[in-house]
Amino acid sequence: MATTPNAVQRLNALAGDGVQRLYALAMNALGLIMEPAQKLLGVRRMAYLFVLPNLLVFGIFILFPMLLNVYYAMTEGGNLYPQDRPFVATANFERLYTCTDYGDPNTCLEDRFWRAARNTGVFVFFQVSGMVIISLITSMVLNRKIVARGFFRSVYFYPVLLSPVVVALIWKWILQRDGVLNAILVGVGLDPINFMLDGTWAMTWVILVSIWAHMGFYTLILLAGLQSIPAELYDAGAIDGTSTTQAFRHITLPLLMPTMMVVLVLSLIRAVQMFDEVFVLTGGGPGSATMLMVQYIYMTGFGTQNPRFGMAAAASVTLGAVLLVATLLQLRLGQGSERHLA
Amino acid sequence: MSAVGRFLTRRQNDGRQGARRWTATDVLTYGYLIAGILIMFGPVAWLVLSSFKTQANLLEFPPTLLPLAQETAEVDGYPDPLPLFDVALEDGTVVRLAQVRRVGLQAQMVDPTEPGEIVRVAIDQRTPVRVFRLATENYTESFSRFNFSTYLRNSVIVTVGATLITLIINSMAAFALSKYRFRGRNAIFLVIIATLMIPISVILVPVYLVITQVGWINSLWGVIIPGAATPTGVFLLRQYMLTIPDELLDSGRIDGASEWRIYWQIVLPLAAPALAVLAIFSVMWRWNDFLWPLIVLTRSEFFTLQVGLNAFQGELNVQWHYVLAMTVLTLLPITVVFSLLQRFITTGIASTGVKG
Repeated sequence: MATTPNAVQRLNALAGDGVQRLYALAMNALGLIMEPAQKLLGVRRMAYLFVLPNLLVFGIFILFPMLLNVYYAMTEGGNLYPQDRPFVATANFERLYTCTDYGDPNTCLEDRFWRAARNTGVFVFFQVSGMVIISLITSMVLNRKIVARGFFRSVYFYPVLLSPVVVALIWKWILQRDGVLNAILVGVGLDPINFMLDGTWAMTWVILVSIWAHMGFYTLILLAGLQSIPAELYDAGAIDGTSTTQAFRHITLPLLMPTMMVVLVLSLIRAVQMFDEVFVLTGGGPGSATMLMVQYIYMTGFGTQNPRFGMAAAASVTLGAVLLVATLLQLRLGQGSERHLA
Repeated sequence: MSAVGRFLTRRQNDGRQGARRWTATDVLTYGYLIAGILIMFGPVAWLVLSSFKTQANLLEFPPTLLPLAQETAEVDGYPDPLPLFDVALEDGTVVRLAQVRRVGLQAQMVDPTEPGEIVRVAIDQRTPVRVFRLATENYTESFSRFNFSTYLRNSVIVTVGATLITLIINSMAAFALSKYRFRGRNAIFLVIIATLMIPISVILVPVYLVITQVGWINSLWGVIIPGAATPTGVFLLRQYMLTIPDELLDSGRIDGASEWRIYWQIVLPLAAPALAVLAIFSVMWRWNDFLWPLIVLTRSEFFTLQVGLNAFQGELNVQWHYVLAMTVLTLLPITVVFSLLQRFITTGIASTGVKG
């Protein structure tokens, strides 16, 4: 792995000795449990002891809740404890999916759920397609023979590391009524726009901001894919008199397709779960114009005086099913994803 | 400096042609890259510039590019420094006066060199004298007036604690899954893989119940533990540990080392690159985590930075000068880590496909 040796080496030299002693001390202390255990269990059964801590946390906080979630979805009321919750079978799901006209959320019993579903659909469609196109262009630009490639690569990557709350506040400050963007609009002779009070504008900015924040990640993956295409192919094409556009269509695109699918599915899975940036930037508003599915779940279960845990769980089971389909899609796409996760 | 200049202006050698001429595609490429710098760094730069502005300066429209503050002067006979204005007198000359007080449309002003004599001026005849000044009080007051340092401490505890726990339990599990044959191994591995893509947002309600039962509502443990058994980490470390030859472990066993000693003295040091990648990810996940802490932590003394920042922007709606300063302080540690470990992070992500 390529590293920046001086920074890392300096850190190592500075802390190395102390860290090593602390490490040995901590590990020897844990050894006071593990070594007698080995005498007791024998070498072969030590494996169970090694997986135990992870498995316990995993079982209690991921696996068990996954199963319990389905039970919650079949009960109702404001009580948190399952034994106090009346069992209603599929009533929550029926309520969630009852609409006289599926095109119009106002006709649905749980209209906020459908609004959130529709918003999430719009968000996912435009965010994912915008993300793939912009990341593709950026990675192709970065793949050219340019000066200071490492610098430019990190320019696009930097926002990926910022916390969603920070990203949202940066843009809230720019987009507010008296913000710098409106000052620019006024400067070129246009009328200022109150972006956060207009549903279409708010959704547009929510999409643009989330592309801004995450495109660097997908650009990196696509760049790695582009760099794995052998240069000989382009050389051979050049000998045959292939034009740049032809080379792109017949060499780059087909060979990049597995990586593109990974990017597509990963960004899809992330977009479906989007919450933080949007919640801090717009609070779901104006009205419920930018309320996405996870925010609906959060608001229904936690952001209210009368929590409806059953409804929140039913909605999250629905969301989980969508994610499961997307994940299976990724597994089906096989090779590309394996190469990336290995 | 000249080395930096040479670095920035160097052209990558084609290998075949040497220096090339600029083509239209080159112009487009660099145009795109420069626009990229503006769009990616511009908003952050604007945040940092704005965070150094005074409250009055922030409320101006159109905004000034640099932080400007009104200049003040100490005047004999007045306890506080007085704000300075350029005043256009009736005969057309402009003098610099300090304002004592404002009464309706009139301002009572005084010449700083002759403090005895008060001049009355119509307020539209004066313009404030402004100089470039960084309002560092935005930062110092964030610390002294709000719980900012508590949030910072909580965030550091959560990030460091969760990362250490994640590293140790994930690596132990990965060690067992890659170096032992035992009944149930494949089942455990499959279940872990199957939950790779299950986010906590899908199981909020039941995890909340578990946390309530354990008594970890409003406890940092409630934030640290649920995410500690990351499937991603187990998967990443297992794949890496598979490449460590079993002979090394066997030679340790022949020398009489216990299994635990083989784990921490042979396998972990060899898996250091994968551990480093996981550590970096874990730090980023935990530092930036928002939805789960928002649910578990309801009392402000337990807030992490992200939750605290969100609460601030809700409560201090008009006090952008504090919100902006605190936002800068929140992004500072990640920015420092990024500039030090930039290559580590980008190559780590490109080779694993794991997201920060």
